[in-house]
Formats: sequence, C-alpha cells, structure tokens
Amino acid sequence: MLALFVIIPLGCAFLVPVVSKIRSGTERLLAVFCGVSLLWLSLSSFFWFEGGRIIYSVGGWKAPFGICMVLDGLSALMLLVVNLIGCTAIIYSLDYIKKYTAPQLYYTLFCLLLAGLNGVVISGDLFNLFVFLEITSIASYALVAFGAGSEELEAAFKYLVLGSLASTLILLSIGILYGSVSTLNMADIALSLSASQASNITMFCLALFIMGFGLKVALVPFHAWLPDAHPAAPAPMSAMLSGVVIKTIGAYALMRVVFNIIGVNAAVLGIFVWLGIISMSAGVLLAIGQWDFKRLLAYHSISQIGYVIFAIGLGTPLGLIGGLFHLFNHSLFKSLLFLNAGAVDYSCETRQLDKLGGLSRKMPITAATSLVASLSIAGIPPFCGFFSKLLIIIAAFQAGNIIGGFVCVIVGMVTLASFLKVQKYAFSRKVEGIIGEVKEAPVLMLIAMVFLAGLCVIAGLFSVPLIKNIISPAAAVLMEGTRYAIGILGA
Amino acid sequence: MSLYLLCLILFLIGIYCLLVKKNLVKKIIGFGIAEYAVNLFFILLGYRAGGEAPILDKHEALTNIVDPLPQALILTSIVIGLGVTALMVAIVLRIYDKYRTFDINEIKKLKG
Repeated sequence: MLALFVIIPLGCAFLVPVVSKIRSGTERLLAVFCGVSLLWLSLSSFFWFEGGRIIYSVGGWKAPFGICMVLDGLSALMLLVVNLIGCTAIIYSLDYIKKYTAPQLYYTLFCLLLAGLNGVVISGDLFNLFVFLEITSIASYALVAFGAGSEELEAAFKYLVLGSLASTLILLSIGILYGSVSTLNMADIALSLSASQASNITMFCLALFIMGFGLKVALVPFHAWLPDAHPAAPAPMSAMLSGVVIKTIGAYALMRVVFNIIGVNAAVLGIFVWLGIISMSAGVLLAIGQWDFKRLLAYHSISQIGYVIFAIGLGTPLGLIGGLFHLFNHSLFKSLLFLNAGAVDYSCETRQLDKLGGLSRKMPITAATSLVASLSIAGIPPFCGFFSKLLIIIAAFQAGNIIGGFVCVIVGMVTLASFLKVQKYAFSRKVEGIIGEVKEAPVLMLIAMVFLAGLCVIAGLFSVPLIKNIISPAAAVLMEGTRYAIGILGA
Repeated sequence: MSLYLLCLILFLIGIYCLLVKKNLVKKIIGFGIAEYAVNLFFILLGYRAGGEAPILDKHEALTNIVDPLPQALILTSIVIGLGVTALMVAIVLRIYDKYRTFDINEIKKLKG
C-alpha cells in the first residue's frame, strides 16, 4: 500500500501527456483523480500504523540490504500536509491554468512534484531520499519557469543554481557518510553511528546537511532565491512551494537526518535556534516593506519557517509539538494566501498592492478567505496560527530561551501589521476607476479557497484533538531520536 | 589520500565557478565540474587497488573486491545531473532570447 503514494502520481505524470494527445481535457480528470486518491490514501494512512510504524521492503529485499519505505507518525503528518495542499492546488489549477499554454505539461510536472514529495517523506534509504529530492527539485524548477516570461526565467535560474548547489552538497555528505559507515539505509546508519563515538567526520556531514537542507528551506543566510522564485511561479505552484516543498525537502529532511539518523546534541540545537531567530526576524522585516502581494507572502514564508526551525531547535517535547503544529498550520494559511493572491492576479492582472483597492465588494469570497488566512498567520484567536504560536512561545520560555520567546512575540506583532497593510490596501480601501471591471474569480478557484479557509478555522477550533491524534505521534518519532533504528531493523 | 585531495580541489573549483563567474554558461560549466567531482568521490570510495569485479564464484573466495554500490549510485546521479544540466541550458537559452545577453549583471529585473 505504501508504494502507492509514489506509484499513483508517477503513473499519472506519465499518462497525462498520453491521454491529452488522445482527447484533450482528460488530463484534467486524471490530475484530479491523482490529487483526490492521494488525499484519501494519506487520510487513511493514519489508521494503518496505529502508533507504531509500517515498513515496506521494495522488491522484497529486507531492510539493511534493500530499499525500504517507512510510514511512521512524522511521515503520516507530512503525507497529509503534502497531499491536502496538493489536492487543493490541483482543483484550483483547473481554472487558473487556463491562461497559460500547454496545460498538460503543467499537470505532468505537478504530478511529478507530488511523486517526489511523497517519496521523500516515506523513503527509508538515504540515497533514495536524495533521488526523490532531486525529482521534486527538478519539477519545481521547471514549474517556476512555467510562465516563461523574463522575470520567471531569471527567478528560475537563480533557484536552479542555488538548488543544485544544495543538492550537490547533500550528495557529497551522503557519500562521506557512506564511506564511514558502509550503508545507506537510514536505520542502519543510525545504528552504526550511535554504536561509535561522535567523530569529526559525522560533524562534517552534519554541517554539509545543514548547509544543503538549509538552502532548500531558505533559512536566512541561504534565503536569497526564495523571494524571487515563489512569486514567479503560477499561483497554485507558489502555494505548493511555500506551503509544502520547502517544508518537505527542507525542514522534514533536515529533521529526519538530524534527529533520527545522526542524533541531536546541544550544539546542533543551538544552531537551529539561532537560524530560526534570525530567519523569523529578518524575513518579517523584509516583508513589511514589500508592495508585490506574492513577494510579501514569500518573505513571510521565510519568517514563518523560522518559527518552525526555532521551535524544533528548542528540543523539548512541547517545542517539537509546537513546531510541527505550526508547520501544519503554515501550510494551510500560507497556501490559502497564495491562492488569494493568485485570484487577485487573475481578476485584476496586477499584484501591486498600491494599485489595488476596494476588492472586498468586487470579490467578496476572496476577500473573506484572505481575511481568515491573514488573521491565522498573524496569530489571532480562534484561528489556527494562534495556538501553534502560543505553544512555541510557551515552549521557549519553558526551555529558558527568554530572547527567543520575546522575538517570537514581536515578530508576531510585525506580522499582524504587515497583513493589516495587505487587507487595507488590497481589499478595504476605496479607490476610483481601475477596478470597475473586476469580477470574482472562477468557481473552482473559490471552492479551493473556501475549503482551505474552513480548514484554518477547524484546525483552530479543534486544535486539542488535532495535536493529540496527529501532531503528538509525529513529535514522538523525533523524540525517540536514533532509537528509530531499532524499530525498523528489529521488525 | 592525494586522490581525495585532488577530488576536493576539483569540487571547490566547480563551486567557485558556479558562484563567482558572471557568465551564465560558465555557471553551467561550474555546476558540471562540481557534479563530476562528487561522482568521482563516490567512485574513489569504492575503489580498491588491484581489486576484482565482485562476481561470486563457487570455486574461489574473493578477497580483494571493488565495492559495486557506489558505481550503481553514480549511474543514478549522472542521470540526475544530466536532467539538471539540460534544464539549466534550456532556461539559459530562453533567458538569452529575452535579454540578448549571458552577463548576469545585465539580467536583474528582480530585486528587493
């Protein structure tokens, strides 16, 4: 069953151009089938592993020798995030992508992206993780360049250079690790490393991994590509990039490698805390001066992912739960905001906030959903962002990190200020003239936005059962550290 | 050991070229060099002086064999590198169509 997470999107990616040759329009059906079936699978996967983990050995070769796929609490959480946003983005794309040529290529790349993301999440083999990471990266480079305008191409090239540099560093690190422990199975590496003393080689690998994955997450010293690449992509793809891709091939892979394979120590956690603090403050300060709607959101992605990394770096159970819950929430509201920005772009053909205005009357549903998302990201109760930020702040004070806690509070306030700016300029301000012709976005785009807005409210109202049933098992996987190996190899 | 050192130098040359050169085509070449250095590193990991191919034979025990796994990995990595390079070249060609230049200093519509 586990292999279906990769087989379905990969198969669809292959079939989409074939069926669209036979009869145009069928590629849309196939893409929707891909999204919905993956969402259903990822929801049902919570009932499969029941607190433990299930392991699928590819080709029947057992764990240390063959490639295995592993589903545990953390993977299940990430699968849910990936496929929930993926499914919504596909539904949104059905209307949105009409303004581009060659939609069948868009759907092909999108399915390929989903295959890569799901593969990264369930892979139990380090090199296999790298291969899926590259599939994801190549699909996202191509999707950023999809508009093929001069700005898109420039952004895509910047992303491509830095992304491939990151991949090279990760591959080098995998090579060094293989040279020192002679295995590529993640559990087996963890077992060999925990049996021996921490050596300089391991520390060097860790540094390379932090550089490589840090580039993919866009933590602040490595963030230069993100504010160009995320706005340049088509809106549903921006939602995927900000909501899912940086988290899966960046944050998830970093957490998995650092916590479950190499094992944490105080120095690494300190690095995470400081990278997180720098990212969240620098991101939000750069964001507040932006006038391009999507660019502003992209800077906020840096800031919010800073929260996640900061909370993970605290290393306490509450910090991990807060960080993972924020990761989940951020994927909901940031994707929703990018979809809103796409709807505004679709209807008004501009994303400059100072040229927009008065859209709350012309586009009531877009305005309402963007209000929900803005309040969520700013951390206003009862929306979902509030609870995760509260957990992170409590965890920071509990762990004795007073500076971090205060930075979290202040960044939250600045976030609120910058989203008040968005709401004021784009939606509530009264202006004459230019927006007279504006119509509300097409119906499928509205359905996708209302769906995500509903989830933002639900995740806020039902945050306690959500944390208990979905987030806690994921945090428990990280807490058990390198004992992760025993669960896989012992089975 | 000196082989590994040379391999590292090759890798650093590639990274330098990728990050410092202003010409887009030279950046692609730099990426190619860095990629090959990593591939070479993998191959060196599996190399044994005077080693044999690791084919099990019933009659004689193999004592000194070359590790085949890095070679299998490198095949995958080369294919991935091909894909990335092809995408880079395609994007650079389209950039040239739009801007009529390969110089990165003149390609800056995005900033801030």
